[in-house]
Order: sequence, then structure tokens, then C-alpha cells
Amino acid sequence: MGVAERVGPAGASGVAFGPPIYERSRIPQPTPTVLQVDPALLEEGDILTVNFGPNHPSTHGVLRLQVDLNGEHVVGLNAVIGYLHTGFEKSMEQKTYWKAITYPARIDYLSFQMNELVFVLAIEKLLGIETPPKAVWMRMLMSELSRIHSHLIWLGTGALEIGAISMLWYCFRERDAVLDLFELVTGVRMHTRYFQAGGLAEDIPPGFYDECRRFCELMPKAVDDYETILDRNAIWLERTKGLGLLSAEDAIALGQSGPILRASGVDWDLRRAQPYLAYDQVDFNVPVYTAGDVYDRYRVHMDEMRESVRIIVQALEGMPEGPWIADDRKVVLPPRHELHTSMESLIHHFKLVTEGYRVPEGEVYVAIESARGEMGCYLVSDGGPKPWRVKFRAPSFVALEATATCISDALIADLIAIVGSLDTVMGEVDR
Amino acid sequence: MTSTYEAVPGFVEEKQAYGETTVVVERERLVDAGLYLRDELGFNFLSDISAADYLGWGEQGVAGYWGSRAGRDLNAPGSWGLAKTPEPKPTRFSISYHLLALREGAPRVRLQVWCDDGEPVPSVVSVWPTADWHEREAWDMMGIRVEGHPNLERILMEDDWAGHPLRKDYPIGGEPVRFSGEE
Repeated sequence: MGVAERVGPAGASGVAFGPPIYERSRIPQPTPTVLQVDPALLEEGDILTVNFGPNHPSTHGVLRLQVDLNGEHVVGLNAVIGYLHTGFEKSMEQKTYWKAITYPARIDYLSFQMNELVFVLAIEKLLGIETPPKAVWMRMLMSELSRIHSHLIWLGTGALEIGAISMLWYCFRERDAVLDLFELVTGVRMHTRYFQAGGLAEDIPPGFYDECRRFCELMPKAVDDYETILDRNAIWLERTKGLGLLSAEDAIALGQSGPILRASGVDWDLRRAQPYLAYDQVDFNVPVYTAGDVYDRYRVHMDEMRESVRIIVQALEGMPEGPWIADDRKVVLPPRHELHTSMESLIHHFKLVTEGYRVPEGEVYVAIESARGEMGCYLVSDGGPKPWRVKFRAPSFVALEATATCISDALIADLIAIVGSLDTVMGEVDR
Repeated sequence: MTSTYEAVPGFVEEKQAYGETTVVVERERLVDAGLYLRDELGFNFLSDISAADYLGWGEQGVAGYWGSRAGRDLNAPGSWGLAKTPEPKPTRFSISYHLLALREGAPRVRLQVWCDDGEPVPSVVSVWPTADWHEREAWDMMGIRVEGHPNLERILMEDDWAGHPLRKDYPIGGEPVRFSGEE
């Protein structure tokens, strides 16, 4: 089956997608996420079932795959998850909102800023609080840095698993530069808790713009370097092209989002389709490739890193002046210096820290385009200071559902490349 | 003006809040409603299935040292309570299907059904295959009995786990600690 004929149409602009009826689907039946061994093969009695993981360096965490092999071919697959389940959603129900903001970052430890962002946006939607433009633009800038950070780890570890060890060192070099920027802005390298309801936790520090500009000059060259290493590497091409095929129709049916969906030829990016933050005010392209294989997922990741740098440059240029947090004393902590002189500020500070702020009753679902796709947050409030229910729509969780579809007829050696290309973070899968 | 969603099979009510549309349908006709939304209205993308447990909803009382239903309790700061008594919920559980249409404007709708403990909810795997794991999670975490699911097993907890952790009556910190050196 050729690659080109399996893929739905996609244009450079506008949205193209296949028919809603899933013809020619490769999704396994009856369970979409379990590839069952053909009974005819079972009768021959040559099927070997192996346990891949849960502790295997290339599973990006603790993922267990029960793989049925017929010789070198994968004929059955069942993904077993939950080894990293930490009950974040339950814990968040016990915390006041401003304390709960620390949790989402730890769900997906590679694009932590975006997870924070989606939760904070959900709180803000219920509160109806206005965020000052400077905070909006800084959030966008930090999200894009986070996207680069996440993609770099994906590329480094993904290439490492296929055997390109040097990629890991190059990617982690640039990743460190991103983490240095995070440290400069927030004081910590990971799990920054920089966003909060109403704006940012701190003002942008002096010197950040220069450092960030320097990074923006360095990063596109680094992406060129990666491509020089990989794009003409025969082993890399052999091991990525035409593997792990996912058609546009199947990708939509399986709820795939982000780079996986765009590599399958669906021109869909929430940053453009339902602009949030200031994405409608910056100029960027959405890379779309049509083969739906591992190689195209790699291409999408590479292009997205370049586009992220473009967005960051524009955000640095267009960063508005002004306050970095909303002036709402019922939600936002008063400035530190006021605590020494103003009784009212002291009371507000005390009440916010001990009791938190109350969020109006209601339910919202907020989705953003995280590094892995649609990151959603369903938040239910009963009007009290703690969330009644928080549920995250984790793109990695959904991406793993596609494993069984991508893997059919693959070789065992390609299993690692294919699972790796889905860019899953097990912390986010298991939450 | 009639609503777009009144023709959805099993339509119960439509709610607008915070710029989001919620369409509540009868539990028994969920699959028909899903097919209608997918094929007639173009909601071809299921983002998420979220179950919520409303046990004890609104029992916290109203904020302040006066006005709470349980009366005055100086040991619990009254302001930890609610601003006002929330709207009562029809049943204990809600299951929300967050739908998205991959087209210009990215319209979203929340398809919602309500059920009590033990009442079955039909599976929508045949409508959106991605529902597979989401429904398993709803069963695992909330104990929603999904009917017609091809492979309804626990997904995040162990196979022999007792109880459904995200229910409101499931204690936090109540699970036995393993490998702690205790017998």
C-alpha cells in the first residue's frame, strides 16, 4: 500500500480533512487500542508474546507493551499504562486554586509551562478576570520556549533510540539554554509556576530580552545542525520513512492532535483555529506533512521549532509595557511593599494565602495547543476556594491510543521508533 | 429562535455558560445523539470524556459565620464555605463528552449525560474510536458502568484495585502503603 494514496487531501491553508465515515481504516476491531492476533496465525502456533517494559529506556517512562511476535513482525499489541499514576486530579481537589497551580506542571514535565497555562486559563475563564497584555504576551513567549524544550527532548531521545547518540548531546545543549532562560525569569529551571490567575507571578527580569534574543539567533542554526546530522543519514531515513503509518481519517477518529495529526496531513492547529493568548497577532506557519509516518512527524517537530523561534522573536518585539498582573485584590496577592504600610493589603494577603479565592460556580473546558497537541482542562467549581473536579485532556494519553493502529505489520525493531514518534510523556498519560 | 441542538436525539436541555454550550441528552440515546452530532453537525473529533461526581455537592454551606445550613462552627473558618448555595444536580454523576469540529471557527459542544451509581451508560467507541481509553478511565476512576465497551478494564489502577479513586467518598490517603517495611 503506497503512502500517497492513503492520505487525505491537505492544503497549505484552510482546513482539510477526510470524510467522517472511516473507510479503509486501519484501526483494529473491535477494540481500537488493542491489536489482536489473527486467529489463523494463532493456529500455526508460532506466536511469541514478549513484554516490552514497563522499565525500558525507550518507553519514555514506564509504559508496558504486550507484544505478540510472528518472527520479527508485530502481529499483536496491547498497551498497559498506569504505572506512573499519581492521582494529581484527586490531589488538586484538596487544594485551594492558587496551590493547585503547582500540580499541572508536574503532570507533563517536558512542557510544564503549557500545562500551567491551561489550568490558569480555566480558572480565569470562571473568574472572568482580565489579564494585562504584557502577561498575555509573556505567556505566549514562555509557551513557545516550552514547546522548543519539549521538542528538543523528543528529538534527542527519539534519535538516541534509533542509534544517533550524538543527537542527544546537541539537543540537550540547546535545552539547557532554554532552561537557563526559565531560570532567569522564574528562579527555577523546571516546574516554574510562573503563571497565575490574573497574570504572571513576577515581572520580567532585566536582561531577559537580551538573553532571549541571543537564544533566538542561536536556535535556528541549531535546528539546521540537527537536520544536517539526520536528514542525509541513510540509517535515520531507513528507520523513519514509511513507518508507523497513520492516515488522516484514522488520526481524527483516534482523536490525535498536535504534530501527529499534522504529520498525517490534517491542517489543524488550535493556535490558529481558535486563537488564544496573542496568537492571532503574530505571524507563523503551521507545518503540515502528508505521509503520516515517523519521518513526517520528525519533519513537523523540526519545522515547529523554527516557527516557535519566529513567534518568540515577534513576542520580544511586540511585548507591551505595563502591569504584569491584574489589579484585582480579591484574586491577586497585593504587592509585597504594601504589606508594611497598608492594613487592607495585609488582610487581603492573609486571606488569599490562608483561604484562597473563591471561583464562581460552573464548568468550563479550555483547550490549548501544547507541544503534544490539544491539552484540555475541564474544571468544575462549586463556588468555593477549591476545585470541585479537575480533569486534564492529556494529548499523550490519546497519542498512545494510536499505537495499535500505527504498529500493525511493523517489525519489532521499528516498534521503538514508532512508539517514540508518538511523543508520549508517561507522567501525562497516567496523571 | 430554535436551537441547533433541539433535533439531537434524546435532547433534554441546552445550557449556555462561559461561552460554552452544553447539550444534555438522555442516557439511553447517547449513541444516537453522538452519531447525529458527528454526521449531521460535523463534530468529528472527540476531545475528551470527563466524568464528575457530585456527591455532597453544595453541602459545604454558605460562607461566613452565619447562614450556613449546619449552623455556626467556630473551628472551621466560615469563609472556607461557598459564596452561595450552588444549583442542585439531577443525579450523582455527570459524564461530559467534549466535542470539536475540525473546521473553520473550531466549534465545540459539550454533550452531557447524567446517571446515578451503577446505572449503565452506553459506550460511544463505535462513534469515536478514541473514546476507548477515556471510557475505561471513567470506569476506573469514577466507576461509571459503560455498557457495550469492547474492553472495559481498569486502565490506570491495578486490575485488582478496590474502589474508584476519584469518587468523592473515596478517602485521600486511605490506601495501604506498600514496600514501607511493614508487614
